Amino acid sequence: MTGGGFVDRHARWLFPAPALMFVFALMVFPILYTVWTSLTGWDLGTGRPPTFIGPGNYEKLLGDERFRGAIGRTFYFTAIAVSVEVVLGVAIALILNREFRGRRFVTSILLLPMMATPVAIAMVWLLMYEPTAGIVNFVLRSLQLPTPLWIAGADSVIPALALVDIWEWTPMVVLITLAGLASLPSDPYEAAAIDGASSLQTIRLITLPLLVPTIVVATLLRLIDALKTFDIIYTMTGGGPGFSSETLNVFSYQQAFQYFSFGYASSVLVVFFAIVLSISLVFTYVRREPPSRLAGPVADGRR
Amino acid sequence: MLHPSRAAIAALTALSVIATACSSGTPAPGASGSGGKPYAGTTIRVLGANHPWADALKLLLPDFEAKTGIKVNLEQYGEDQLTQKLTTEFTAGSSDIDAFMQRPLQEAKLHQQNGYYQDLNTYFKDSAKTGSDYDVNDISKAALGTETVGDVLTGIPIVVEAEVLYYRKDLLQAAGLSVPKTLDELKAAAARLTDKSKEQYGFVARGQRSPAVTQFSSFLYSYGGDWFDLKTKRASIDTPEFIQAVTFYGSLLRDYGPPGVLNMSFPQAAAIVSQGKAAMYTDANSIYQLMLDPKQSQVADKMGVAPFPAGPKGANMYNVTSWGLAMYAKAPHKDAAWEFIKWATSKEIVIKTQATGAVPGARKSAFDDPQGKSKFPADWSAAAAASGGGRGYDRPLIVQVQKGRDIIGDVITTSIQGGDIAGAAKKAQVEFQTLLDSEK
Repeated sequence: MTGGGFVDRHARWLFPAPALMFVFALMVFPILYTVWTSLTGWDLGTGRPPTFIGPGNYEKLLGDERFRGAIGRTFYFTAIAVSVEVVLGVAIALILNREFRGRRFVTSILLLPMMATPVAIAMVWLLMYEPTAGIVNFVLRSLQLPTPLWIAGADSVIPALALVDIWEWTPMVVLITLAGLASLPSDPYEAAAIDGASSLQTIRLITLPLLVPTIVVATLLRLIDALKTFDIIYTMTGGGPGFSSETLNVFSYQQAFQYFSFGYASSVLVVFFAIVLSISLVFTYVRREPPSRLAGPVADGRR
Repeated sequence: MLHPSRAAIAALTALSVIATACSSGTPAPGASGSGGKPYAGTTIRVLGANHPWADALKLLLPDFEAKTGIKVNLEQYGEDQLTQKLTTEFTAGSSDIDAFMQRPLQEAKLHQQNGYYQDLNTYFKDSAKTGSDYDVNDISKAALGTETVGDVLTGIPIVVEAEVLYYRKDLLQAAGLSVPKTLDELKAAAARLTDKSKEQYGFVARGQRSPAVTQFSSFLYSYGGDWFDLKTKRASIDTPEFIQAVTFYGSLLRDYGPPGVLNMSFPQAAAIVSQGKAAMYTDANSIYQLMLDPKQSQVADKMGVAPFPAGPKGANMYNVTSWGLAMYAKAPHKDAAWEFIKWATSKEIVIKTQATGAVPGARKSAFDDPQGKSKFPADWSAAAAASGGGRGYDRPLIVQVQKGRDIIGDVITTSIQGGDIAGAAKKAQVEFQTLLDSEK
């Protein structure tokens, strides 16, 4: 019976122990190890062993043009992708949020891009974007419209890649927004109807303000994901043409698995992690702020 | 007290552990084999690339397994993924890889520096292990030289290739042009055969940052340039020869190439040719099937192969060992792995891989053999013969090859885009010199 007594006495440590061990082994340890590696000169190319060199890698980052370019491109890609996804996603959700024939069918079709394998998506878009033989330029040509180079042009590659991301991930924003819409209270709408609000006014003054928390969550999720996008970029361009689509993730991948500069690649990842983390923290802070100004009309409606 | 069903589960688990332990016990080498099959029962792990050579060899593996009793587990990956897979497994130090395909010019120095290779001289020069019928002297000396880092033989050459000019016989003939023998003639012909309104392009070649470097090398050498001075270790990216060569290559692709060339490596470029959209194309002769095989090409019967055209300083194409077969320094089954490498690079098998895979190997006898040369068209063979004296490297001979290729490739893509070539070359010169200095 002593064993059972031990378990009883230490239950609050023993029961969470597996979860703690799991979190430590799979999350805390890898992060700490990456931080440690980023402070070493570990590089198979120069044959340097994983020995401590202090902040040397970070100093090198400051002067690295490719790194600075990669930061700019990461934000450029994310800005285009996330802003369009959120606007488009909320708009589609508002349209779908009413009863019409075939609604379920449309909703399921809409979710397909999200379920497809990213590499397969990249391959299909690669073929569609092909400047000479691809279907996109074929259609544009037959409509007498200019035919851009898409992912083969240094200036058009990031917007073209963002378009793929938009195609793939707008449905997720739709899904989250639909869930948010379903949970909205009905009384503000009844009040607005009594006050004689038009449907546009209802959307602008009631639905959107009440949806803000949902939209913030959707934006945050997409933001983190878009910053980290790797699969479609690497599969479609590998960072090219030249370095025109080399984002932070692609850059660190090149450093680690093409150049085998593990120390330097780790320092990129640590900086990248810090960027994503701080953006998430800012958003979490924004989310906690009560939407006081926006809640105004609703309060008026109740009075 | 244990619950009855739990006891049953425990017993079952125990049983299955015992059963697994029994079945996984491999017989000791030589246990079941008589004199002819000393390694029967051994399983070796081999990593290969998604390459026609590996595909051809895969079909022949049952013969080897029947002959020796050695079971071969061949895993295949894309080129870059293979390098990654090898490097990560070797770095972790716990790999059970026995043999693997390597790109000597791309990674032999890097992997040798980190001690990943078994020196194959131990086997290659030991007549007891290699036997006289293997005929060491039949293998190209130059190819073996490429495989040698310091004194270490890192791999046995399996694929050799040179840069050639692929061209459309019908288009040149219709325009009254002869096959370009110089780069100037190439440019003139490309201009004549370009009609962008009809999506007909005079020339195509690789434009992707890193893949372009190797196929640009013959242009560079033919203009009298090089990556760096081997003796002084001084980079030569900003030399007039380099600038001229890269300007020529870039304008050829910009003015007479298809749109989107900046994203093209050989699969994309060869596809443009096989769809009949480009008249001329310079790339490795080992990929000729992509354009000359009727199953893969719409213009197979109209394609010709010629030696790489001469530049101001002559026709200095590369002629390199692009693939070798290597053994891991900590391979668990070294002797069985050597049996496999020896078999895969033997006269008999090289003839067969040339005949089925259409991949040029490193053995002289295979090109003399009627079956061994059956897959190569006459003009292909003539072009290969003309490339015999080519340079043994198509990329800088350094340890950090990929870093070097990316630095140099940036100048090439700048040139294709019509950007500031001198500025890009100056920047690349500094970066490449820093790279060279880090390896001193």
